[in-house]
Amino acid sequence: MMLQFELVSPERLLFSEHVEMVVVPGCEGDFGVLFNHAPMISALRPGVLSVYRNGRVVERLFVTSGFAEVTGTTLTILAEEACVVDCLNRVEIEQQLARAKEALRVADTQQTRAEAERQVFVTETMLTAIRN
Amino acid sequence: MRSLTALRGSSSSHHSEIQMPSLKDFRQRIASVKSTKKITAAMKVVSASKLRRAQDSVAAARPYAERMERVVSNLTTGLSQEAREVLLLTGNGRADHHLIVPVTANRGLCGAFNSAVIRETRGLIADLVVSGKQVSLFCIGYKGCVIFQKDYSEKIVSFVEDLGNNVTLSVAETIGRRIVSLFEAGTFDVCTMVFNRFQSAISQVVTRKQLIPFPMVKSLAHEAHELSGTASMARALYEYEPSEEVILEALVPRNVTVQIFRALLESVASEHGARMTAMDNATRSANDMMNNLTLAYNRTRQAYITKELIEIISGAEAL
Repeated sequence: MMLQFELVSPERLLFSEHVEMVVVPGCEGDFGVLFNHAPMISALRPGVLSVYRNGRVVERLFVTSGFAEVTGTTLTILAEEACVVDCLNRVEIEQQLARAKEALRVADTQQTRAEAERQVFVTETMLTAIRN
Repeated sequence: MRSLTALRGSSSSHHSEIQMPSLKDFRQRIASVKSTKKITAAMKVVSASKLRRAQDSVAAARPYAERMERVVSNLTTGLSQEAREVLLLTGNGRADHHLIVPVTANRGLCGAFNSAVIRETRGLIADLVVSGKQVSLFCIGYKGCVIFQKDYSEKIVSFVEDLGNNVTLSVAETIGRRIVSLFEAGTFDVCTMVFNRFQSAISQVVTRKQLIPFPMVKSLAHEAHELSGTASMARALYEYEPSEEVILEALVPRNVTVQIFRALLESVASEHGARMTAMDNATRSANDMMNNLTLAYNRTRQAYITKELIEIISGAEAL
């Protein structure tokens, strides 16, 4: 039996297919979802969703944050922002990282600092995702 | 030719016993209809191109909003006792004070687009007032702001006059945050959005959507429970990571924002569709009007010529 996997971001539906397994970056660690997984809802951390078919990774998708809903037959990822890892541009992300670090340096309130820290973390995770 | 007819036109003014519209009047009217037609045709083309973009973004945003709604609705079937404290989801137990959020356009000339929302809102307000509820308004869009300012200025608690050229998620987020903070301050108990849902370029449906509390399908869920007891129970119960509380606190306000975002996109697409249709009709009736006027103009011109010929002939016969 195959798992119905859907990835949606506010701007579009990125992925809707039957797959074998998806490894999801949950906020308390990665977890794999196969058909008949127990129903659960998890928050996501920035990271890569690995989509498996026939025991191989066929697609790698980057998400910044969001929620995963598992119902046994379906996996729905409600992502804040999402894109295919191969579409990430290293040079652009390095620039973003530099900007985020600069923002972190000048951040004066707690809110802006938290924002900048998050941005640094997201871009660093993106770079790791590209490297692997 | 033109100078000739003009000459005849002016000479006819001596014979005031025959009341015929002057040819000059006709020409002026034809010219003005023509320039109106040019404007409406141009507006139609502009709306058509904007519609295409707006339609794409609505189509793209629908899946997320629908999935989000489904997830929240699944959640509500298996809520724990503590989770019922998330008031944004379950409501504060009262329904005395309603907040209505009518979404209109910034500009007119789009058929019944704005008036449909305004009519629906008025009806809703009247119904609520009759049943003894209090009503507040959160107007979105310049047209609605102006109209409601006139009639219900004391009811308006907040407004957004201009959404800007394109609706982004952050715009919806700002509005969502304002509505949520109004709710938390106890300003209202129930929040309903009134907007045009996009069906096609020629059809927009005025829709009411309850944002707060989340519209639960209670009766359905209960029936399911009774029918197939354990099966539906098992389906409804989720495991939460990190915890139900944390998830709900993030997910529910997010849902409010997303539903607002979707409503705004629906409204924008509907606006362009409505304007395109309205301008298409206007262009067509301008065409009809021009044809009729040209026909009348030619007839009148012919009548002037005939009349002058008769005058000349009868003058010659009299000699």
